[in-house]
Formats: sequence, structure tokens, C-alpha cells
Amino acid sequence: MTELLAPPSDVDTGHEIGRARRRKEDAKLVHGQTMWTDNITVPGMAHFALLRSPMAHARITAIDVSGARALPGVIAAFSGADLVEQLGSLPTAWPVTPEMVSPPHPPLAVDEVRYVGDAVAVVVARDRYAAADALEAISVDYDPLPAVVDLEAALADGAPLVHADAGTNRCFVWPFSGGDYEAARAAAEVVVARRFVQQRLLPTAMEPRAVVVAPVAASGEFTVYSATQIPHVLRVMLALTTGISEQKIRVIAPDVGGGFGSKLDVYAEEVIGLILARTLGRPVKWTESRSEGYQATIHGRGQIQDIEIAAKRDGTILGLKVDLLADMGAYLQLVTAGVPLLGAFMYPAIYKMDAYSFTCTGVFTTKTPTDAYRGAGRPEATYAVERIVDELAHELGRDPVDLRRQNWIRHEEFPYTTIAGLTYDSGNYEAATAKALALFDYDGLRAEQAARRARNDPVQLGIGVSTFTEMCGLAPSRVLGSLSYGAGGWEAAGVRVLPTGKVEVVTGSSAHGQGHETAWSQIAADLLGVPFEDVEVIHGDTQSSPKGMDTYGSRSLVVGGIALHLAAGKVVDKARRIAAHLLEASVDDVQFEKGTFSVKGSPEAKLTIQEVALATFAAHNLPDGMEPSLDSDAVFDPENFSYPHGTHLCAVEVDTETGRPTIRSYVCVDDVGSVINPLIVEGQVHGGLAQGIAQALYEEAVYDDDGNLVTGTMADYLVPSAADLPNFVTDRTETPATSNPLGVKGVGEAGTIASTPAVINAIVDALRPFGVDDMAMPATPERVWRALHGGRQGGVGDGGAR
Amino acid sequence: MVAVTMMVDGVACSDEVEPRLLLAHYLRDRLGRVGTPIGCDTTNCGACTVLLDGESVKSCSVLAVQAHGAAITTIQGLAGDGAWHPLQRAFHDNHGLQCGYCTPGMILAAVDLLRRNPDPTEEEIRIGLEGNLCRCTGYVNIVRSVRAAALEMRESATSGVGR
Repeated sequence: MTELLAPPSDVDTGHEIGRARRRKEDAKLVHGQTMWTDNITVPGMAHFALLRSPMAHARITAIDVSGARALPGVIAAFSGADLVEQLGSLPTAWPVTPEMVSPPHPPLAVDEVRYVGDAVAVVVARDRYAAADALEAISVDYDPLPAVVDLEAALADGAPLVHADAGTNRCFVWPFSGGDYEAARAAAEVVVARRFVQQRLLPTAMEPRAVVVAPVAASGEFTVYSATQIPHVLRVMLALTTGISEQKIRVIAPDVGGGFGSKLDVYAEEVIGLILARTLGRPVKWTESRSEGYQATIHGRGQIQDIEIAAKRDGTILGLKVDLLADMGAYLQLVTAGVPLLGAFMYPAIYKMDAYSFTCTGVFTTKTPTDAYRGAGRPEATYAVERIVDELAHELGRDPVDLRRQNWIRHEEFPYTTIAGLTYDSGNYEAATAKALALFDYDGLRAEQAARRARNDPVQLGIGVSTFTEMCGLAPSRVLGSLSYGAGGWEAAGVRVLPTGKVEVVTGSSAHGQGHETAWSQIAADLLGVPFEDVEVIHGDTQSSPKGMDTYGSRSLVVGGIALHLAAGKVVDKARRIAAHLLEASVDDVQFEKGTFSVKGSPEAKLTIQEVALATFAAHNLPDGMEPSLDSDAVFDPENFSYPHGTHLCAVEVDTETGRPTIRSYVCVDDVGSVINPLIVEGQVHGGLAQGIAQALYEEAVYDDDGNLVTGTMADYLVPSAADLPNFVTDRTETPATSNPLGVKGVGEAGTIASTPAVINAIVDALRPFGVDDMAMPATPERVWRALHGGRQGGVGDGGAR
Repeated sequence: MVAVTMMVDGVACSDEVEPRLLLAHYLRDRLGRVGTPIGCDTTNCGACTVLLDGESVKSCSVLAVQAHGAAITTIQGLAGDGAWHPLQRAFHDNHGLQCGYCTPGMILAAVDLLRRNPDPTEEEIRIGLEGNLCRCTGYVNIVRSVRAAALEMRESATSGVGR
């Protein structure tokens, strides 16, 4: 196993930006002084629990909640029919085509259930045990309907329908192209095609979802605490869904224990909680159990990818064609339909080509809805292209790194507009790859691989390459508009300078483990010249940080951080005018460095920003017409996405007798642009790698033919432990983004996007001598063993996206 | 209802509880010791780990009545008021946490691991913490944290300084 190195040390460079500051967030977290949503107790609070469908698809012929109502401790019980008028339909924000089928999504099913876990009734009781007990006293009669599990079968003529009124299981068809793929294919000397299956994944943030709603019944005001990534989006969506006026709803995301996209949604339980609080006039709480969450919280991935690459015999890539089936599940959640579109632009990846053809078909099934899970569309795209490029290399007898180098965008070609129409602002694939190859000892491992092959070693060695890029920093609002997304992609920030010179940063980003409080403090401290410790970051409450678009898509630093940069600049501009007035100098003669305003040529004439803050507070002597405040706000809407990239190399040993694959070394060199805090960046990469490797080796949400989630508990779904994962060697190159003043690109999803194909490419590489040319995910020892014994790819997964 | 008495973070607690009440829910819902979170319902994740008479247990798989007469230590009672246990300090110094939800359980499991093995190898740490899941860190920094704390605890034990 790779040697364990020390984390980046915190060296005082004279600048806050770039320092490996230890996190401000940690003190409360390591002492258990936390405010998770389930920790919140409000006087008079009741608990609610949901009865969920045990069937994938059925008509509700009768439902009787009176037995629950009669039990001690039970305050109320409702069926879907009891609340149908008030609950409305859960929102979807991304109608990807005008013709998209967007069926009603009642938070409580009324006539029909469409996946195992679809809620049918709710009980409110004095405590969580009484609420759970009372669910058993509700009787429901179901008339079974056929489950719709397989994506291709769902599209066949005469297939049973998930939504009979829609007349089809086809949610949408979204075509996209650049250049003439048929011409490129006709000119090609080599064409390689594969079908890849992106199995369904369970996001599994460690904190289960929870919601508390506290009403002031007399005035119709509601405070909603939710374990969410998106308090601001949730607020407006709750208002639109329930008809409660937006200004009467306050949403608080308290401490939130991870999300990975699974808390980027508007969920049934949030709407139900709000309506129960209004109906009963008392606070209510719901906390999901893990097994409940595996049914009721969105799933990730779930795609079938047919991909074809056309090339010349000399290795020049001419074109790429992708036909995608994307599993929507039973309903459209907030951005369900848009997830594959986020991948659509990324299949051409870092490669130059003449033509690209993409078609995505969204398919309804009787399974839990899918939605964004870390990377959201881009891991799927990266997997497919990095796998097919490896297959092309094998077909041409070329080294996979060498073939990539031949086709990638060279660093002097930036900015470069790809065949998918994106303009990559900056990058240096050569530098990242060279560094990674050296750290990995690529040549040495290739030599060892050859030796093991030559001696028929029972443990074979495979080397996997993944040279990825991604679009992140979601997103330019005009681009989102052109893709029919229902909102913009800007972010807001404010800086408040207190009388004592201390600083409050208000951000619309909503951290749930990333370390924004630390990173935002570093940015503010540098720009304002105040101590890191003097900055407090306020977020996650629509009352104290009223404006925001929240945290997802590696957007917080790239969009929210820039908003902070702009707001801090406005503070300095105001303070400079006041300092000039107090120093009796021209504004143009006042310079600002490290928190001190001074007059050019008069070094003794100076004021600190803290002195200016106090003078502004006193307001005794300000320039004419100037407000007595340094506080400033800014909203930033990016012009372009950002494009982190990197080279990931994985060495896997495969025991050919047992089929067990073991990661021997993993090296990645990421280029995420300029870095605010290298400690946090490294941590984000580590965690991303773990999730991407888990898709390759361990995780799969399996459904049986009747639509039951077989991997319905943490005992059945393999979230890897420390014993299941290797050490990682991570390093960086820095090619600053040119699209924003901090030069940053975003890092939250990089590791997840890049790592899955690196691992599978390594396993396939190890098994090439045995005639294996693909490997289904997760690559369990059984699948690897079967592939070694004649199954070409170890069998397609039998539970994920079929 | 059954009477239970236990010491929780140094405070004697006596209550009447349902026999089925989980220790995790007793700590959280009855005593308000919400520093101990719950992450699953199948005893896989370890977020709710506490020390029961010094040994790590998953408090979701212990009934409150089973803890009768025991001394329970949660993350909130691990160090004295305002103090930092070497593991708490090491997790901070080595960025061994991100969202922090698994952290109380991870630290208490590590306390027990180091009690049994004061100088674990990296492999022993990985296997020793197998029952505690983290979704944020990829575990590398958790292993670093435990190694760093183990070194500090051994050194302070040798010098007779510290805890």
C-alpha cells in the first residue's frame, strides 16, 4: 500500500489565500456541539411518520387510517386523499423539452403507487415510537399493477405504463449534435462501439434527511428546518407548491451532514411537514431512517450508454456518437430530467474531433426517482468516453496515454471551443499528465505488468488511465435559460463591517461539510486586510442570508466566492473614500495594502480599515452625501462554466484465482485552477475518489423483477469502509481560470468524475490477455471471476439501469 | 416501564423507560445529549458509537435498559469542559472530517482502538475502524488523524504529561 504522507502544512505566506488553514468548522463538530436537524426540538413538537408502499406499482383500492387515529399518543392520521388539495404536486424545475412528459407528483399517493417507498399515509404522534407503531394500524388495499423495471422493455410497444394518462414511458427525447457524425463515420478506418451500464447508486450522505416545521399559526408564519443543500431554492419552491406566501416562510439549513446532490431537492416530507404544521397548528418533525431513505431519497446514475467512436488508423479521433437511455424513476424530482444533459456536453471531453452526435431518451420506471448525485451526468459521460478511448487504443495497438496525447487539446490551443460548443478557457493536460506519470512510475508498472503476463502470474496487474475534464461552476444564467432550466445560476454575497472592525460575510452558498466558513474567511481576510479570525461567515438561513442559489455542481467557490470577491471590493472602495476624506487626501492618492489606507508620498498619513470602520459607525465626519456604512452586497453571474481537469492513474492487482481486484496504487494530478486552501482541496479530492471508486468496485442499487429494492439497507448496500479503500497520492498543477478574478475552477466533483473509469480501465487492462474487453460495474470478485472464465464482461448488472 | 440508572458523561441519570428504547434515543431524546448522531438502522455506520464502561458500542444496538448501571461517555464528555482530547485535536489538525456527522462515532471508536492497541499500523487502523462509515473524507485523513493522536498519546504517556 502507498505510504501515508502528512497533510499540507499551514505555512504563513503573508497571504490568506493559498494557506492550508485548519478549518473553523471543526471545533463544534469534534465536540458534538452540533445542530443537525434531528437535534432540533421545539416546544409542543409532534413527530410524523409515513406509511410507504410495499409494492412497486399498484392501485390503491381502499385506505383506512382510523385505526391509527384511535391509538394512544396519536394526534392525527391522514391518507393522501385527505390532504390532496393542500399538498399539490412536487416541483420539477427542468422541462428539458417543450414536449416533456411531466406527470403530477403528489407528495402522498392518492390513487396509485409507483415505486416501493411511495408514501400513502401519514401519522402524527407525540413521539417517534408512537408514530411508527401507529403506521401498523393503517389498512391499505392494493390492486397490483405490473412493475416497469427494465429501461428497454419500458420503451417497447405495449409495455405496461408507469403513468397511464401519459400514454408512454418515454419522458423526453433530447438530441444534440455538432458537425456531421455520419460523414465522420464514413471517413473512419476504425469504429469501436460499446454498451456501458451506469448502475443506480444510493448517495448515502451520513446524515439522513430530516425536517422540522415550526408554525406561528395565528399569523401564518412558518420556520422550516431541513437537512437540505438548498434553503433558498426550497423556500421559493415551497411557496409555489403550497400557495403559502414566500415572505411567510423562513427556511433554515442548520448543520447539514453531507448531501452529494441527494439534498438538492424539494421532497415530499418537506411539503407534508409544512401542511401538517399549518393544519394542526403545532410544530412537527420527521427524520428518515436509513432504510426508509434508501427508498425515499433520490438515487443517482441509472443509465444505459451506447457509444461509438470513429477514428483513423493513425489514431486521429474523427467523431463520437452516444445514444443514452436515462432512468427517471417513477417521477421527476427537481432536476431529474436535466442530469443527463449536464453530461451531454462532456462526452467529447478533452479531445478534438470533427463530429459529435448525442441523443438522450428519458424513461419512466417504477423505481425511486433519480436526480443529481455527485457529478450528475458528468461522471457517466467521463466514464463512457474514457472507457471507449481505452478500447480504441487497444484496437489500434497503442498506449492509452499516447493515444490521448495525440488527440487532446494542447495547452497552447486554449481557449478552445469543443465540438459540443463549450469554450474551455484554460488547461494544461500535458503538465498534469507528465506529473502524474512520474508520480505513478508508469513505465515501471508497465514493465512489471509485462513480466507478470510473461510468467502467467496468478496475480495480474492492470493500469487504468483517466484524463478528465468537467464543466462546473453552475452556471451562466443565460446558458441555463437556453437549456430551459427554471432558474438562473448566479450567487449572492454580502460583507458587513462591524463597528469594531470585525467582519460578517453573508453568503448564499449553503455549506454542508465543504469548509466554506474557512475558505470564505480566507478570501475576505485577504481582500479586506483583516485577521482570518475576525471573519464570521453567515449562511443557510433565508432570514440572515436572504439571497442565494445554494450549493451543488462545484459552484460555491466559482460563483459564490466570486460574489464575495466583488462585495469585498465594494467595501474597500467605500472605505477608501472615507479614509481619503479623513486623511484630507485625494481618493486617487490613497492606497490600500494589508488592511491599511495610506497616502502616496506621506507614509505617516494612514488609517487601518478598523479605524475607518469605527469612524464610519460614528458618522461624525463623512464625505458629503455618503451613507454611514461600509456594508456591500454583490451578485455574480458567471460568463462561462469552469473546466477543471486532471490525470488519474490506477494500478489494480487482480487475483485470477479468486477474481478479487485490489487497488495497489492510485495517483491523481488535478488542475482546479488557483487554490484558496490546499488542505480543503485535498480533502475534496479524497472524498470524491472514494465515491468514484465505490461505483467501480462496490456499490449498486439492485431492483428485482417485481421492482423491489433488494439493497434496501446499509447491510445490503456496500458503502466502503476504511478497510475497503487504499491510500491516494494526490497532487496538483495550477492553470488559473481566466473566467473569474480568483482564477478558481471548483473541486467538489472532480475526484468522483475521474476515478471510476480509471479503476475499470485498470481491471480490463489486467484481463486483456484473457480476452476480456469490458467489465460491468461494480466489478465484484464474482463478476471478475466470471469474466475470466468466459463471460466477456462478467455479465451486465442485473439491478441497476437495465 | 423499567427503571434505569447510569452515569452519562459524569452525570448520574435515573429514568423510567420502555424496555425497547434504544440507548441512542435515550441519550438524544430523553437526556438531550444530541452530540451522538444516528446514521442508520442496521448498526452498519457507527455514527452513534459511544463508550460503555470504556468500550466502544453502537448505541443504536444497545437498549437503554442494557446500559443500566454503566458509565457512558459520549463525544460531549470525552474531554473536560472546553478541552480537546488528542483525537479531537488530531482530527482537526489532519482534516479528518468534513461534514462531521460520522466524527463523534469515529473518534470514540478510535479511543477504544488506541486503548487496545496504542501503536496501530495503518492497516490495523483501517481494519479497526471498519465499523464506522464516512462518506466525505475517503478515510485517508482519518487514518492520518488516528496515527497522529496515537503518537501524541504515547509520548504524553511516556513523559507523564497530559491525559
